[in-house]
Amino acid sequence: MTAVFDPGAAATRATDAILHDTLHGTARGVVVDSPPGAGKSTLVVRAALELAEAGRPLMVVAQTNAQVDDLVLRLAEKNPELPVGRLHSSDADPYDKALDDLPNVRKSAKAGDLTGLSVVISTAAKWGHVKVDEPWRHAIVDEAYQMRSDSLLAVAGLFERALFVGDPGQLDPFAIVGSEQWAGLSYDPSASAVTTLLAHNPELPQHRLPVSWRLPASAAPLVSDAFYPYTPFRSGTGHDDRRLAFAVPSDGSGPDRVIDEAAEAGWGLLELPARHTPRTDPEAVRAVATVVRRFLDRGGAATSERSPDPAPLTADRIAVGTAHRDQAAAVRAALAELGVTDVTVDTANRLQGREYDVTVVLHPLSGRPDATAFHLETGRLCVLASRHRHACIVVCRAGVSELLDDYPSTEPVQLGTVVKFPDGWEANHAVLARLAEHRVTWRP
Amino acid sequence: MSLIATLARMEAVSTGRAQPAATVRHRRLSDRPLVFVPLTTAGEAGAPLGALVGTDRDAPHLLVVPQPRDRELRFAFLSELADVVLPYIDTYADDVEAAERGETDPETGKRVKVEVELCADAPQLIVPSRAGVDFVRLLGRSMRFRRTAEQDPETPYPAPPRVPLLGRWLTHFGERARVPGSSLLLAMTDVLARHWATGQSTLEDQHLGALLAWIDPPPLSTSLERGDPQSASTGAEAALRAELARDRDGQLLCPPAGPATDPAFDNKLLAPAIERYDRARTALAAAEDGLEADDRLGDLTAAEREIRALVESRTRPTWDAVWRGLDLLRSRLPEAGQHVEERWTRDRWSFTGHRDRVLAGEPPQPRRDDAVTAANKLAAREREQARLEAQEALDDPLVMAGRRLAGEAFAGEVTEVVMAYSEGKRPSPRPLVTVRTDDRPHLGERAKVFRSLGGKPQAAEFVGYEKAPEDAPDDGSALVVLRVLDKMGRGKEPEEGSVPEKDDLICFTLFEHEQRGGAKLPDPEQTPWTHGGPPGEQVPEAADALTQEDVL
Repeated sequence: MTAVFDPGAAATRATDAILHDTLHGTARGVVVDSPPGAGKSTLVVRAALELAEAGRPLMVVAQTNAQVDDLVLRLAEKNPELPVGRLHSSDADPYDKALDDLPNVRKSAKAGDLTGLSVVISTAAKWGHVKVDEPWRHAIVDEAYQMRSDSLLAVAGLFERALFVGDPGQLDPFAIVGSEQWAGLSYDPSASAVTTLLAHNPELPQHRLPVSWRLPASAAPLVSDAFYPYTPFRSGTGHDDRRLAFAVPSDGSGPDRVIDEAAEAGWGLLELPARHTPRTDPEAVRAVATVVRRFLDRGGAATSERSPDPAPLTADRIAVGTAHRDQAAAVRAALAELGVTDVTVDTANRLQGREYDVTVVLHPLSGRPDATAFHLETGRLCVLASRHRHACIVVCRAGVSELLDDYPSTEPVQLGTVVKFPDGWEANHAVLARLAEHRVTWRP
Repeated sequence: MSLIATLARMEAVSTGRAQPAATVRHRRLSDRPLVFVPLTTAGEAGAPLGALVGTDRDAPHLLVVPQPRDRELRFAFLSELADVVLPYIDTYADDVEAAERGETDPETGKRVKVEVELCADAPQLIVPSRAGVDFVRLLGRSMRFRRTAEQDPETPYPAPPRVPLLGRWLTHFGERARVPGSSLLLAMTDVLARHWATGQSTLEDQHLGALLAWIDPPPLSTSLERGDPQSASTGAEAALRAELARDRDGQLLCPPAGPATDPAFDNKLLAPAIERYDRARTALAAAEDGLEADDRLGDLTAAEREIRALVESRTRPTWDAVWRGLDLLRSRLPEAGQHVEERWTRDRWSFTGHRDRVLAGEPPQPRRDDAVTAANKLAAREREQARLEAQEALDDPLVMAGRRLAGEAFAGEVTEVVMAYSEGKRPSPRPLVTVRTDDRPHLGERAKVFRSLGGKPQAAEFVGYEKAPEDAPDDGSALVVLRVLDKMGRGKEPEEGSVPEKDDLICFTLFEHEQRGGAKLPDPEQTPWTHGGPPGEQVPEAADALTQEDVL
């Protein structure tokens, strides 16, 4: 008899163990690895509430203002009575206006105004300027894998112990100048906060959330195999739980065929003829915009475990992901020409942590003559390929696998650094091989 | 690579000549730089073979290690190098001016101004290529932990007196060279490639001879003399020849800029010469009487002279090329002005700071940075990089054109200014300015933009695009509406000249002009548990251990 995998029970077990270590453990830190959509934010909110309710005030460190505001809103939603402090910068419009409607959230640019509150939340950059006489007893560091080691160095003096939560598969933090000089040092300032933390404290308990609630059953195995080969995870839903249907049938064009393929299989590759192009490849950009337009025109409806009735696939449930900002700008312009508004178009960096029903991705290597470390970075592809609940369509020029073979990775190996698996080359091949099964070739 | 850099390179390919990548010089060039052209021995890390060094282009000092594996001879070389470099550095150490520096008062903990010395000028080291910068760093590392007989009478192989000090200085120059925009130690290829775009790869740009050929191809008359009027017609061909052409003996006509030498030179010329030198030395040691010794000393001197000639023949072309590069930079590009001066002032602070540490008898720079120092350095360099990129664009319309093409800036004509005020008890001016631009900036909702107003950044915020009037011809331009936010004085009415006027030509950037300071990091003795805790009591670094081979 084989045991039936119960995703709900597995996730609960993991969460309970994490909360136990956080509330009752003796270690100064607890590290939690979370694959895409595994309920990381839910965990952070729950841990914060349980600490606060146990009378242990805490500070929360997130990486961006959007993440901070999102956490404040979630906390207030779960417990509107909880006194929460939102520490913000002194710039204009430093926080989401929605926070003004929450009676128990106090906002200030000075940490001193927020003393005594159960939870105080801010960005790592802002915490870096805060001085305290007495450190906080507890902290939660969110998106810790996206935080740089030097940024942790600036705030680590503020707390005694902390829960570090993050996704190791997403984009690594980066520096805009060379940092090879410190490669291999345990406290390399350009490494991720978790790398440094674990190098100095290898005995800390490490946990993993085992179930992705976001990724559909069609996507979880690929994302898990390609980007998390040694820490596999499962999808929380089965193949029949999610469906995408359209009111308008296909007109037989490339975009419509790839939409149908993706609705059926969860993945679709719209392959344009091979060609070297500038970054803002006009044909590929137009193809991306056309696919989005057709998604909307064909009256899509998404059925999922969340509700028995299909939910209409509206513009706000669709996102376009690119590698570069100028590509995102070009796609936005192309969408505007087609009369599409309200579809999120952003780079991988900015899409981190976000979730949509459908994503359309311009492949980072499409049309390129070379494969640089930037374009090969595992995290970039992982973010782009793991934002969707139903389907992901990749638009790409033919010839990327040949390009990959022409550019094996040549980065110098630095002594003492932890080699990250898989490398971008391997991950890109794995994803392409899978996408090739759902290929629709199209000459616009 | 930015789009404009790609375009410039394509243009260089099609015209066969390098294209300007800047209209002004973005690096400080000293009036009296010390040029250093080192050569290293193949297969031996940090074993110098020789160098040309000096401040007089017509009279360089030739330093040679006839047997690079002999550490006595290496020390003699380093000692001679110290005799050239240290006096040069010293000439800048004594000429000081009074300056102020903010410091934290140890008693009150308050920030106070302290009167300190600042060197009026700083030395500048110029090497041919980026590999030369690495070699300076390597030499610094190999010397700064040696002990002199005075420091440690027990040491079996004491270094000559000034060698460890030279090591500390070269380390400082090498470390400073990692700061974007600094000019204490420059690689000629980097400076040239910053100002001109060639039709070859950036890797090939590290060949000084080829790079100069693209920028300044030999005149037609030279090729006519060679009886080959076609060959030197373009920089591209001249560059290819500089890279590959060999004489009848298989030697490169334009030796590589080093410090690595060409294998054909190593095998055919250098190795036999060193062998002759070794034989002559062995023979001299085995001489049985004075007469024989005199004879054999003659042989040894001759063998040494031969190696010196070889080293000079390989370094002199590079030496001349470096000076030619300096001529080109000085004659064709005026210095960018205040921003370059400002960055040079920070170089002077850096130089003064190290001078003071040496004078105070502090130990040499540690082998590895501690966690706090590393993080501080990284933050400072990132700040400098962002500052450099902004300043270069503000100093140079061609660089700004690149940023405009990338959607990071836009220029245009003011078509309308409407006065408006902020809400609140004391309304402040917030005029709305409409700019017509042909650029395509990536303006997000309420994006902040900046323009330079009397050298200070003035901020505005993107309000939206205005529809062009119906009768206006569609020329692809856009009307951008901005709300000016600051630098208009304290009054209700903006100060004169602080708000753009109709028909003004202005340029806004999406990037900030000045950099904010980063987070304050803890003192090294306060290093938190996440980073290994405090490093503990500072112990002086041990001298490098004696090893059979050079292990650094």
